[in-house]
Amino acid sequence: MIAATIPGASGLGLKSRHCAEILAGKPQVGWFEVHPENYMGEGGPPHRQLAAIRRDYPLSLHGVGLSIGGEGPLDEAHLARLKSLVERYEPGLVSEHLAWSSHEGIYFNDLLPLPYTEATLARVVEHVDRLQEALGRSIQLENPSSYLAFEESTLAEPDFLAEIARRSGCGLLLDLNNVFVSAQNLGFAPQSYIDSFPLTKVGEIHLGGHAAEPDGLLVDAHDRAVADPVWALLVLVLRRTGALPVLVEWDNDVPEWPVLHREAVLAQRFLDDCRHARAS
Amino acid sequence: MPAQAELAAALLQADRPVPPGLLPPARFGVHRNNVVAGLIEALGAAYPAVRSLVGEAFFKAAAGLFVRQEPPQSPVLIDYGSGFPDFLESFPPAAGLPYLAPVARLERAWLAAFNAAEATPLPIAALGRVAEAELDRVRLALHPSLRLVVSRFPIVALWAANTGRGPHEAVDLGRAEAALVVRPAELVMVESLTPGMAAFVGALADGLDLGAAAGAAMRAKAGFALGPALGRLFSLGAVVGLGQPSCDGDDP
Repeated sequence: MIAATIPGASGLGLKSRHCAEILAGKPQVGWFEVHPENYMGEGGPPHRQLAAIRRDYPLSLHGVGLSIGGEGPLDEAHLARLKSLVERYEPGLVSEHLAWSSHEGIYFNDLLPLPYTEATLARVVEHVDRLQEALGRSIQLENPSSYLAFEESTLAEPDFLAEIARRSGCGLLLDLNNVFVSAQNLGFAPQSYIDSFPLTKVGEIHLGGHAAEPDGLLVDAHDRAVADPVWALLVLVLRRTGALPVLVEWDNDVPEWPVLHREAVLAQRFLDDCRHARAS
Repeated sequence: MPAQAELAAALLQADRPVPPGLLPPARFGVHRNNVVAGLIEALGAAYPAVRSLVGEAFFKAAAGLFVRQEPPQSPVLIDYGSGFPDFLESFPPAAGLPYLAPVARLERAWLAAFNAAEATPLPIAALGRVAEAELDRVRLALHPSLRLVVSRFPIVALWAANTGRGPHEAVDLGRAEAALVVRPAELVMVESLTPGMAAFVGALADGLDLGAAAGAAMRAKAGFALGPALGRLFSLGAVVGLGQPSCDGDDP
């Protein structure tokens, strides 16, 4: 198995349909990321493929099912499944979402929003603490893509995330497509969000494609190439942070491997440019 | 302030009012749609033959009802939808398609085999090490991925035709078929079994020894031949171990 550490390079969300091609050609990709929930079966092709990929590439586990923003306690059975995957595949990064997805034993299969208040802050911190304690390592928490806001919110999202990171010691996963989508949907400037974001806590960046509804609503669909204004946000952030792990997610209408690989090549070019700009 | 219980209830029930305190309230519809459409999509991926048999519109309507009735109870969606075959069986609009639920059971077995634990198949030569007098009392340990689906409909032919694996010709709906599903290595295999073979595999899966399983097979189909049946089972990679010969009379 290659070393676990995720480099400050571009990576891709791994899709099973690309695995044979990746394993045959060993293309230049910094690292891969998967949703651990897709590997919680006992055996079969998913594990065979992931084990083969992990031999040659660093891996990041990006959870979608822990419901960290949920009112109830974390699902200990799910935590145990996650822990066993972490032990088996030795990922360089483990991340989850600032969202809830389960309530009273029902899983909604969506990243649902929560109000930003002192009470929800305390609850999320408690859950991040529990997750980090269970895994014995720190995690990265991702900013959501938002379609609505809560009247009762008293904290701005960047401040809410900064405080979670400060209290729990977790890192932050900054999804720039989510920033762009939320900015359009809730009516704020993406640059000012980034200006107030605690960039020193960011350990990973996500990019992805979004879809536009006829009424102007943007949906975090991950079904196409990264949009130009999102690439522009990447340049803005990398100039301030220097190189970071940058991941491109493409989960629906997944293209042929060369098309997806081109997105990683493009992300790498922006990373290289920022390195040169900072060096000069 | 909307508690999560209120939001959760409103997500799955489109006729419930949007909980107060959301800005703008209408955007709650995005999440309602994400939840239901995402779960229908997950079911569609698990049941491609059912989807093909009934068509997109029927599938979405049936799956839409099912996901509200039996939403997932775990974030591990590869296990979601095990109740869908039973749902289809008692779904009045599908009453004219009595083979739908059996095909759905075959698809469930396929998915279970796909994600089942690994085990190394045993070569048939292993049987040669058993003394002939003991052979009747040997128990076969079957591969953990092995599933048996028995139906009065031609489920293997219907499944194959509707997943692009077999000819899309007229399938004789009067023909009964049993399916053996097993994944000895990378690929899931689906085999059509004769009634004798199906009874044999079923008895082995129930833990009966070779003699008793062969007896069950012969009762199901006169003329059942043990040798070829064993040959086929081993060549499929369906056997992973030989159990201790049973000790008659030792059971508590």
